[in-house]
Amino acid sequence: MSILINKDTKIVTQGITGKTGQFHTEKCIEYANGKNCFVAGVNPKKAGEKIFDVPIYASVKEAAAETGATVSVIYVPPPGAAAAIWEAVEADLDLAICITEGIPVRDMLMVRNKMKEKEAKGGKKTLLLGPNCPGLITPDEVKIGIMPGHIHKKGRIGVVSRSGTLTYEAVGQLTELGLGQSSAVGIGGDPINGLKHIDVMKMFNDDPDTDAVIMIGEIGGPDEAEAAQWCKANMKKPIVGFIAGVTAPAGKRMGHAGALISGGADTADAKLAIMEECGFKVTRNPSEMAKLLKAML
Amino acid sequence: MKIHEYQGKQILKKFGVTVPRGIHCTTVDDAVKAAETLGGKVWVVKAQIHAGGRGKGGGVKVATSLEKVREYAGQILGMQLITHQTGPEGQKVRNLLIEEGADIKHEYYVAALTDRATQSVAMMASYEGGMDIEEVAHKTPEKIIKVFINPLVGLTDEQALTLAKGMGMNEASIPQCVETLKNLYTCYMETDASLAEINPLIHEGDGTVKALDAKFNFDSNALYRQPEIVAMRDLDEEDADEIEASKFDLAYISLDGNIGCLVNGAGLAMATMDTIKLFGAEPANFLDVGGGATTEKVTEAFKIMLKNPKVKGILVNIFGGIMRCDTIATGVVAAARETHLSVPLVVRMKGTNEEIGKQILKDSGLPIISADSMAEAATKIVEAVK
Repeated sequence: MSILINKDTKIVTQGITGKTGQFHTEKCIEYANGKNCFVAGVNPKKAGEKIFDVPIYASVKEAAAETGATVSVIYVPPPGAAAAIWEAVEADLDLAICITEGIPVRDMLMVRNKMKEKEAKGGKKTLLLGPNCPGLITPDEVKIGIMPGHIHKKGRIGVVSRSGTLTYEAVGQLTELGLGQSSAVGIGGDPINGLKHIDVMKMFNDDPDTDAVIMIGEIGGPDEAEAAQWCKANMKKPIVGFIAGVTAPAGKRMGHAGALISGGADTADAKLAIMEECGFKVTRNPSEMAKLLKAML
Repeated sequence: MKIHEYQGKQILKKFGVTVPRGIHCTTVDDAVKAAETLGGKVWVVKAQIHAGGRGKGGGVKVATSLEKVREYAGQILGMQLITHQTGPEGQKVRNLLIEEGADIKHEYYVAALTDRATQSVAMMASYEGGMDIEEVAHKTPEKIIKVFINPLVGLTDEQALTLAKGMGMNEASIPQCVETLKNLYTCYMETDASLAEINPLIHEGDGTVKALDAKFNFDSNALYRQPEIVAMRDLDEEDADEIEASKFDLAYISLDGNIGCLVNGAGLAMATMDTIKLFGAEPANFLDVGGGATTEKVTEAFKIMLKNPKVKGILVNIFGGIMRCDTIATGVVAAARETHLSVPLVVRMKGTNEEIGKQILKDSGLPIISADSMAEAATKIVEAVK
């Protein structure tokens, strides 16, 4: 078991013919059961063609109908990325994973609210991972995204993070200590996104094949604190937590009204304090995330 | 991206928000001419820098004669204006806004910003305008009224009225206030702003609602479709090294410490900075080389870090995923040679082709110190700069 994806997942790739899409699709197909998982690509202009032996369809809806794909991965460039997410949602997929970095925040606000409106009207709920994320992987089964497959090892530790390379750092440490991963999930670094720490923690909590979790966050926003509060009341598994940005200067990205609405709870120190209070084993030394986790097993 | 107050007011005006008449200028003579053109008996001479708190720092003065306009413009232009947002060195004033005086009856606060938790646009208003809103939020949070706007619907009449009444707006001015709030919302959305703040918003003796200040931040992801906003960018107000770095697609932020760091990925870059601090030193910068670090990019990154005279050592931390460690090692060696590196350099590489990368560093004959973990790298660089 694992969360969200496994060796039987059928995936459609949006933006498969672009430079980034091609590069990473090839690597995803090469990884574990990728050849059987990546069943379709989308490009209206190239419908009927094939790339890496994967058939290309004119739309996500058509690709899903023809191949049974339930998950989409999106490499579409920023100006069209939010529309690509919406296309996946309209096709009633289970999960859309948006790798694209640099999508205008307004576009994400619009598409997220359209998604919520669809659900409120009784439409099918499509989960969104990202944008601006590395994707997710279930080691030895399937990799969807841009993470280096070979650093992973199959096992029973969950990893969730907003940052790509920091996810790899945690995974690398775990693998080095012989601890494999059930799934490693990058939720992305954008302010308006889909799945948050809390959502992924709930899934790890429910997954019988996950024994413990490393949760990595960073400065800005209320998500880690929210997840920590939920974990305090519900999480049955040990968690190691790290927040990047203790040394990040305040106000470098955010105007003061931005800091205002989050009530000052979005510094690294504040988040670490809340996580500790909620029963996480927190560390200020990112080199010892896996070591600490091992000691808790 | 930030802009000046005078530019923010041009934008507000375009969207139907009433602002005082004003003229932007860059010399003392033009300031006096501007006051003459505006007419009247009272003018406000306002320093234009990309930081708040200008009034307290002496950057905003009320003049009651043309002589006073000349005197104040002379004082303010060219001064190093120090506010709580500029840092101790202050920011040089190169631009002025000369404005007609306003008949201020009361000062309010309004702002629009994107709220992550609700994934909506939050609009806030308060009776306590004209002062530091963070202080108001801290001491008397009940004095700040908030509404959350579904972007599929927009700011409704009901919400605008809730804000106008909640902020205690002068009764007779409520209809214009409602209009102002709706225009501010439209402006926020159409310009791809991430913050639009009017502090203070006032009502005058005749009931007119006016924006006496304008502060905007814009979503840098959306600048490609906002040419008018991009045209307002003032590079003089930004860090020269950060601009230079952005030309090479490097995310760079200057800090106060003495250990330069070069890392791939924003999260890992912050974690590296944190580790340096944990082991007793301070980072000199944040630098994310991104996913495709070429030899050229790494060399430019070294040059930018080394421009900072405070830098006494450099830590390179790369997690080679798609980007291979041997590529990075080649880049680091070339950069160290080209910049005639004279400060200690610690390199920590992990991931794809790690061993080949380490061998390249070793074979270079350069005094590069190798490390296996972030903690070890930090320990070694802190030791080396002592």
